[in-house]
Amino acid sequence: MDAIILQFFNGLEKGSAYALIALGLTLIFGTLGVVNFAHGALFMIGAFCAVTLRKVFEISKVSLDPTKTDFLGKPLEVKTPYVEAWFGETIGSAMINYSVPLAILLTIPVMLFVGWAMERGLIKHFYKRPHADQILVTFGLAIVLQEIVKYFFGANPIQMMAPSDYSGTVNIGAILGMDIFYPVWRLVYFFFSAVIIGGVFAFLQFTTFGMVVRAGMADRETVGLLGIDIDKRFTLMFGLAAGVAGLAGVMYTPILSPNYHMGMDFLVLSFVVVVVGGMGSLPGAVAAGFLLGILQSFASLNEVKAIIPGIDQIIIYLVAIVILLTRPRGLMGRKGVMED
Amino acid sequence: MFGLNQKDTKFLLIVVTLTLLTPFLLNPFPTDSAMAQFNAGYPALMQRFAIYGLMAIGFNILFGLTGYLSFGHAAFLGVGSYSAVWMFKLLSMNILPAIILAMIVSGLFALAIGYISLRRSGIYFSILTLAFAEMSYRLAYSVLTPITNGETGLQLNLNDPRVLDGVADTSSLPVPGLFGLKMNSTYTLDIGAWSFDFNVGFYVCAVIAILGFYMSLRIFRSPFGMMLRAVKSNQQRMNYTGLNSRPYTLAAFVISGIYAGLAGALLAAMDPLAGAERMQWTASGEVVLMTILGGAGTLMGPVLGAGFIKYCENIFSKINETILHSWFSFLPDSLESVVVWFFARFVGEGWHLTLGVLFMLIVIFLPGGLVEGGQRIASWWKNRGKDEDSSNQPAE
Repeated sequence: MDAIILQFFNGLEKGSAYALIALGLTLIFGTLGVVNFAHGALFMIGAFCAVTLRKVFEISKVSLDPTKTDFLGKPLEVKTPYVEAWFGETIGSAMINYSVPLAILLTIPVMLFVGWAMERGLIKHFYKRPHADQILVTFGLAIVLQEIVKYFFGANPIQMMAPSDYSGTVNIGAILGMDIFYPVWRLVYFFFSAVIIGGVFAFLQFTTFGMVVRAGMADRETVGLLGIDIDKRFTLMFGLAAGVAGLAGVMYTPILSPNYHMGMDFLVLSFVVVVVGGMGSLPGAVAAGFLLGILQSFASLNEVKAIIPGIDQIIIYLVAIVILLTRPRGLMGRKGVMED
Repeated sequence: MFGLNQKDTKFLLIVVTLTLLTPFLLNPFPTDSAMAQFNAGYPALMQRFAIYGLMAIGFNILFGLTGYLSFGHAAFLGVGSYSAVWMFKLLSMNILPAIILAMIVSGLFALAIGYISLRRSGIYFSILTLAFAEMSYRLAYSVLTPITNGETGLQLNLNDPRVLDGVADTSSLPVPGLFGLKMNSTYTLDIGAWSFDFNVGFYVCAVIAILGFYMSLRIFRSPFGMMLRAVKSNQQRMNYTGLNSRPYTLAAFVISGIYAGLAGALLAAMDPLAGAERMQWTASGEVVLMTILGGAGTLMGPVLGAGFIKYCENIFSKINETILHSWFSFLPDSLESVVVWFFARFVGEGWHLTLGVLFMLIVIFLPGGLVEGGQRIASWWKNRGKDEDSSNQPAE
């Protein structure tokens, strides 16, 4: 029982990452009709925003402390990060401690800009080209982005810490009278992603802008005929999707140390998630993300593995194959999307 | 000749000549000149040109003709490698049984995967093949370790049975061969400052690749190939005329799977070892890149693409900053360091960046790949004279 609950929570955490990336992919696909293979790279860029921010915070002023000496008898070098020197020790160290959540503030403008630049600079020219061309050019872009990040940050994973208040474990079984310890940050990640997903849906559902975008997703031509510059709004939606991917990446850094190819690893899974959920369906992407995350976690239970060996490795793909063959449009796919 | 019309025969003969002369063509620079690092005529690389060229030819029969974009062809390559290595371990170091078994196994594998995947088309087909390939890859790493030897990869052992070979000397690992011709034996011809390597393994691969090319040429020109093209241009209309397109696409899928399995067997024959990483989706992606880069749906395109990517991979990754400094030493110092810094990003470790950039440029500006680029240059060359003749006419 303990193990099942634990795996359920693991599944929620994995599922939230899948759901966030798949949500962004679906936003782009649903609005612009573009299959974006560079989406994993956007996730990775978000993660490296957190790395950058921490590195910036940790830039230190080196001063000599004459009262202490090191083992060679020279005055000891003391490194004070500039943020501590400027904002006082408590605020400064708190800023370094909380660099991952603070990186959200950096990520949003960066990702909006990256998304905007990508759409205006490259994707714009690919609307009328076949899907295969879109896949290929974004795939090339993903390679380029990866290599650029690799140049600046190296090929090794960079370990990131959650804020110390959130880096321990919490007993989530206390309500049920059991002892199940679970890392706090993973819970935080789940709630964070729930907020983001809720925010995106609320934005689309309850604002005029969102209404226009939804109308444009349903029938782009008519919205255009009504005198609305739908392209401009779709560009912004691309930025928003990039932002969602970036935020998913930032908050994921304490769970998975960012490296330059983390995007590619997530990309394939997210595509499976999108297709299982149904191309172009936002609720489908989120539902499929959580479903596959939880299924994957349950499949890695030892009891399950004892019955079907190796199932934890292939469950996602197996489910995808079964769903694609039995439900041609995925779980919640719309009619007429990507059917030819 | 060979059931081809005159133009195709000429084309085939050109391809055969070029392939057989590869050791000369790829070694245009004298051995000890500064340009020698651009020579690609060493056995390991030439073998890879032929093998990946063969695989891309096969992939092109599926993707180029029917338009079905498979993201799982690396699985067949891996299956081919594994079956070949098992044949080396159990039966004989002769490559013939290995190749035959690899073709049969990968064909059956492709039949099973294709039968299921081809129920869908478009991106769903791509995701289905990707899912099957990832499943094979992950199973090869985990549960199937008794067959695949997991992360270490399947290797030859001194105490393998090798029933047909009898008891050989047990001091060193045997080398795959073809009736006594060892795959790794090389004859080096020195002419003046040049040296050319003639490798048995390369010629075996080249002959098989030529046969594969001939097969694909025949398929392209056959009624069967016409059916496949019809699938690409309008499958619905084809179905409405009363033709069931499934057997055709399935046949194309199995044929291209067999090509991939054959390529895998050749990889194993050149270096008897098979690892699961050959089946990863990035490996499938590489074949897609090769085909598109060269020009999907054209006969020569995939081979060009395969050669291009393998050349970049092996040659660009060898260049380092020291070499760059020696090239740009004619520039003023400050400028030189900037230029060297810039180009260093694109070579050595960073050759992937070159690949990504080139790939984007080709997709953006030359959707038809290198072949289209060649055709454009050719037509520009032809029309150049005409334009001069009619220069007083207004531009269109």
